[in-house]
Amino acid sequence: MEQDWIRGLIGGVMIGAAAAMYLLFNGRIMGASGILGGVVDGSARGSRRAENLAFLAGLVAVPALLVLSGLIPREAAQTHLSSNPAVLVAAGLLVGIGTRLANGCTSGHGVCGISRLSRRGLVATATYLAGGALSLFVFRHVFGVI
Amino acid sequence: MLRMILAAAAGGLFGAGLLVSGMTDTARVQGWLDIAGDWDPTLAFVLGGAVLTMAVAWRIAARQHRALLGGPLPGPPPQQIDRDLIGGSLMFGAGWGLAGLCPGPATAALGFGGAASAVFMLAMLAGMAATPALRRWLDRTLPARG
Repeated sequence: MEQDWIRGLIGGVMIGAAAAMYLLFNGRIMGASGILGGVVDGSARGSRRAENLAFLAGLVAVPALLVLSGLIPREAAQTHLSSNPAVLVAAGLLVGIGTRLANGCTSGHGVCGISRLSRRGLVATATYLAGGALSLFVFRHVFGVI
Repeated sequence: MLRMILAAAAGGLFGAGLLVSGMTDTARVQGWLDIAGDWDPTLAFVLGGAVLTMAVAWRIAARQHRALLGGPLPGPPPQQIDRDLIGGSLMFGAGWGLAGLCPGPATAALGFGGAASAVFMLAMLAGMAATPALRRWLDRTLPARG
């Protein structure tokens, strides 16, 4: 258990360093939902679109290579994701629509927003944390579907 | 070209950080949200490490006029707390609790997460693509923004 929080802290600093790079070098805010959404709804054009696509390529390729090469053991890369297609589709739609309506997710509102004490970032983070805890409580402890 | 390389490197570091910290493991994320069950505090260390690192980056950015690779740095964050921020964050939280994935880790897990990860991703992207039309519909029927 002690290793869990040390890994969490190290990984968290890596996430913060990635956001810092994207801000200081590229002048952009590292928000995963904005980067994905801008590509799929066509709102990111020109160099923004190209940089978003390059960012996504790195985001998919590096973890895949770390796992496939064995640098991160397979057991440490389990997703434990539900195998129920209805859960996956409903959750995916809620996360996709919700993050785009709110204009941010855990990385944009959470990491990048809270770190500059953005009012919207703080309110969004409090709201999705509360929503997430309530959703998990209802689906796990009331309905028992997850 | 340098902008693309830095964007891909930032994406790769973000993905590695998500994997190392355990955020691609839905059991860990749902463990954090499960305050009525076997609560897992790891996510607090991840978010804390990321926010503290990024807070340093914002202080550096405040003393600069432009990004290191040229172009503007982001302006001050918008302030308004509106229907879309709250409603969207609640929807996002609902999906996050249900499946345990948010947009960054969902993308990072794509290369090793198998079919379940691909199904979640497709539903999330469909939701993102549908959001501009949904927002226009909401504006006509629930004109309560800002």
